[in-house]
Amino acid sequence: MSRLADDAVRRLRANPAAVLALFVMTGIIVVTVFGAWLNPNNGQALDWLHLAARPSLAKAHWFGTDRLGRDLFVRTLAGTRVSIAIGLVASAISLIVGVGYGAVAGYLGGRTDHLMMRIIEILSGLPLIFFVIFLTVIFGRSETLLFISIGAVGWLTMARIVRGQTMSIRQQEFIAAAIASGASTGRIIFRHVIPNLIGPVVVYATLTVPQIILFESFLSFLGLGIQEPGASLGTLIAEGVGEMEAAPWILLMPGGFLAVLLLCLNIFGDGLRDALDVKEA
Amino acid sequence: MDATLSIDELWVSFANRAGAIDAVSCVSLRIAPSECVGIVGESGSGKTQLFLAAMGLLAANAQVKGRISFEGNELTDSAARNRVRGSRFTMIFQDPLTSLTPHLTIGTQLAEVLVQHLRMPWRDARSSAGRMLERVRVPEPRRRLGQYPHELSGGMRQRVMLAMALLCEPSLVVADEPTTALDVTIQAQIIELLRAVRAEFGMALALISHDLAVVAGLADRILVMYAGRIVEDAPAGDLFRKPRHPYTAELLKCLPSLSGPRFARLPTLAGQPPRPGEKLEACAFAPRCPRAADRCRSERPELKGSSAAQVACHFPLSA
Repeated sequence: MSRLADDAVRRLRANPAAVLALFVMTGIIVVTVFGAWLNPNNGQALDWLHLAARPSLAKAHWFGTDRLGRDLFVRTLAGTRVSIAIGLVASAISLIVGVGYGAVAGYLGGRTDHLMMRIIEILSGLPLIFFVIFLTVIFGRSETLLFISIGAVGWLTMARIVRGQTMSIRQQEFIAAAIASGASTGRIIFRHVIPNLIGPVVVYATLTVPQIILFESFLSFLGLGIQEPGASLGTLIAEGVGEMEAAPWILLMPGGFLAVLLLCLNIFGDGLRDALDVKEA
Repeated sequence: MDATLSIDELWVSFANRAGAIDAVSCVSLRIAPSECVGIVGESGSGKTQLFLAAMGLLAANAQVKGRISFEGNELTDSAARNRVRGSRFTMIFQDPLTSLTPHLTIGTQLAEVLVQHLRMPWRDARSSAGRMLERVRVPEPRRRLGQYPHELSGGMRQRVMLAMALLCEPSLVVADEPTTALDVTIQAQIIELLRAVRAEFGMALALISHDLAVVAGLADRILVMYAGRIVEDAPAGDLFRKPRHPYTAELLKCLPSLSGPRFARLPTLAGQPPRPGEKLEACAFAPRCPRAADRCRSERPELKGSSAAQVACHFPLSA
């Protein structure tokens, strides 16, 4: 296995776009975690002298301020942090639950597969917004709840994709050969099937993150997600859209962060898929 | 002494929307320890399904009837099968290019078998795997352990498959068209290797092929299958010298001869085998048989004869 990892790292290094994307992403993460210390503003305080001020280095509002005079640099960093966290949690859930569930359903097939897929259909048929409102009413509004509700839906599509891929892999001869060599069902699923799914799984996971970030901003917009004075990229962008004509930077700063982040995720995901393909010599 | 594999009145059928299609009908066979049996027949004659049934590898819509026992133990459920499958009873497949898991190294895949069946530690399993590769004449066996399947040639991959099948010292190896996907020179090497390995390991070998020439050099005994049934079972020499079933005789005529006229048309067998699912009350070969009489079209011939040689024909060619 270690040779697989070494080869993957070597191939990833040879891909300049992926390396650059990784570099930029790491940069964004470092800045979001530590950047706020560089700036004297705290993101909550209202600066009455500079309402919706332009970005300026001199006034220490590097990204400008919003309508209420809060520093946009600090708020954008806080928002990016929340968005990245939600994206990571949701992807982790979709990777662990979705891949496992889909592979088991696809490999076992028959009645088990039927039952498992009907469960997925029921879950994806639930009107999510009502589901979230319902949870909010019962448990009160919290970020944890947001994570849970997003995680609850994020894995459904992944499970479907993985199931489809597994069904085609199951037909291949090396699976028959593995059964003939006496490998157990669990071993076949986890050793012989799932690693073959890396391509579509990695690509879909990188596509999940932007979807989740958008979904979170939608929930926040409805008042079910991150609430003032907290911020996520979604809420900041929604706010910025309202001021687009008078103060475009309120939209452009968080929007730019989101765009760069998503672009890097996609390029890196693409590179990762190629790097993990053992046949790419 | 118990037969290594014994199959009694095995039926394999596949359910589909139109009903059930019989792939194997009432086949009985016995493979003695360290015997090499060739199973010959055209595509769809049921030769592969017969052994997939014994291995428990049939498709989900298959129904199996009959008794299969291996070294005296009946393979009734998956627990009984799991005890022998991959260790005492192994199989190698037609296409070595697709029979190895693409993302695992050769060493890992081979070692996995030993870890699974003999509970060997990984380190020992890997070195045993290396020694086994050497025994199936893979050049540079140490280096191969760290390579991925796509880095090896077809012939080399088939050797790896064979090594995997031999790892736990099996008493029966089923080779399903082991040379069909390879070119002729490699084919000869693999046949030669099978012969050498059989001498060295002393296991029984079931060699499935559509090609009489492949089976000819290796098998002690040959079973000819047609439309899901065994039509002739005879020692290899006898079968080639004096076939008794007209189908066997026609097959032998189709082998190109090196001594005949150079540009002669290759002889072919006229007609088509019965369509799968066709219910046959008569001899399945009757429509294509030069010797067919009324009886052949109304009554199915049973497989009869001595235990050494059997034929299912109303009018066998004289012995």
